[in-house]
Amino acid sequence: MRSDKQNRTPMGLKIAAGIGLAFLHLPILLIFLYAFTTEDKSYQFPPPGLTLKWFAVTWNRPDVWEALSLSVRVASISTVVALVLGTLCAAAISQTKFFGREAISLLVILPIALPGIITGISLRSAFNLAEIPFSFWTIVLGHATFCVVVVYNNAVARFRRVSGSLIEASMDLGADGFQTFRHVILPNIGTALLAGGMLAFALSFDEVIVTTFTAGQQATLPIWMLEELVRPRQRPVTNVVAMVVVLVTFLPILAAYYLTRDGDQISGQGK
Amino acid sequence: MPYAVSFQQVSRHFGTVRAVDAVDLEIEAGEFFAMLGPSGSGKTTCLRLIAGFEQPTSGHIEIFGETAEGVPPYRRNVNTVFQDYALFPHLNVADNVAYGLMIRGAGKAERTREAEAALEMVKLPGYGARKPGQLSGGQRQRVALARALVNKPKVLLLDEPLGALDLKLREQMQEELKVLQKALGITFVFVTHDQGEALSMADRIAVFNEGRIMQTGTPEEIYRRPRTRFVADFVGSSNVLSPQLTERLAGVAEWSSLRPEDIRLGDESGQDATVTGTSFLGSATRVTLDVSGEKINVLLPSGAPVPSQGESVRFSWDKNALHLMGAGA
Repeated sequence: MRSDKQNRTPMGLKIAAGIGLAFLHLPILLIFLYAFTTEDKSYQFPPPGLTLKWFAVTWNRPDVWEALSLSVRVASISTVVALVLGTLCAAAISQTKFFGREAISLLVILPIALPGIITGISLRSAFNLAEIPFSFWTIVLGHATFCVVVVYNNAVARFRRVSGSLIEASMDLGADGFQTFRHVILPNIGTALLAGGMLAFALSFDEVIVTTFTAGQQATLPIWMLEELVRPRQRPVTNVVAMVVVLVTFLPILAAYYLTRDGDQISGQGK
Repeated sequence: MPYAVSFQQVSRHFGTVRAVDAVDLEIEAGEFFAMLGPSGSGKTTCLRLIAGFEQPTSGHIEIFGETAEGVPPYRRNVNTVFQDYALFPHLNVADNVAYGLMIRGAGKAERTREAEAALEMVKLPGYGARKPGQLSGGQRQRVALARALVNKPKVLLLDEPLGALDLKLREQMQEELKVLQKALGITFVFVTHDQGEALSMADRIAVFNEGRIMQTGTPEEIYRRPRTRFVADFVGSSNVLSPQLTERLAGVAEWSSLRPEDIRLGDESGQDATVTGTSFLGSATRVTLDVSGEKINVLLPSGAPVPSQGESVRFSWDKNALHLMGAGA
């Protein structure tokens, strides 16, 4: 009986947790709320009225579609680049021993530890020095720097659990390198790659800092939103777009969370 | 008939370490061959050279008369049972066993049939749907065996396959492996550091030490007539007697070996010794003697009178039991 009482959460702690959650999520709810306001010049509270017309307005704004399409393309290609490079890098680091291996594994992780502004400035000056004009591809390159890290981190943890003898067993049973990758390595690291890829996509999709330094005239969705906030015209359109961004980034992250959790159970069974 | 496996002056060096050093080896087709030695003696590297996971630094390897250098593991008609079994955790038992068939492009029906037959052979019928994680160590070992045998290899390599099993299971598997090998007629090459396992299972044994083969022979030869001090000591912990002691006991100044179970105590015409210790081993008692400064172990069958520590005794042996190994051994 006494242990029951001890297990019960004190009321104070419950309230504190509630306040913490509210602090984290109320601003997001406010953004959602203002997507429905009838007032389009300033965010006054409470909104004078509610309407759905901003969804239609947003739908018909070509600049929104341009920014959205650019962001999706940048995020997709960065993710693909990151998947290839991150997997290769993780395979090299975890399956072989070579001089400078530890240093390289640190260098790969470094971009995500560096402030984005440092990455951005260094990339910008590098592009200037190499006389590469700013374009779609310079944005992709900038995003790939941190996307690779996310994929690498996910893949390397899983690779460590694919013991070297599994690969040898596959070769021993007649599978060449490609078949071994297809039938043994990929099924064992697949969910980790999917999770890493989704996280990378979400990161790239809402990235602002590196993008400001590496983009030319193009505006990705977050950049477009930033610009839009300065102009006092059709402001709720920004909120509508924000809702979309939240959904587009939140769903992959949620999926990634469930995938890696599931994957842990699968690969844990072998040992 | 070519040898199943033949090594000619094969070396495998890792930097300055000579893991395998100028090894000559011939394994007959259909033989149960054991590579015996302490860890780091080069026996596993030899196995990996046959499997194709390692390439020789120098020398020549043939498998059934065909040159093996440069041939990748997946093109060799050789399969391995790995020490840690290396079962694929994402596949069920049937798919694990059928993996080699699947890679070869066999149809679903054939794969199912062959996998079930192989599982029956290792006495795990009906286990196909389980995941490796749901099996015990002994069962995983059998699955690994089935997965290798289903490909009908010409040579089956076993890397300490019984090392992780408990004593009772190990003895049972030893017996089953022997029966299986005789029934299938496949050449088995078996790596172990357990001399009892090698002696009881193998047709022939190669004893490895420091990257070299010390002696190759039948279990009987290796046990009765060790050629070097290392073999005498490693295989069955024989007593190794110095040339000085051998000269005193047998009149020849050579290294010699004398098996502990071949020594009798209490013979009045025997040699003098002092008992320095006794230990009860279950089926026998080991008595340690001091003979002019050298240690000699004696195994007494259970029931024989055991002398106490510090007692002076006389010991003797069959004339044939003292085995001379030459001056330089």
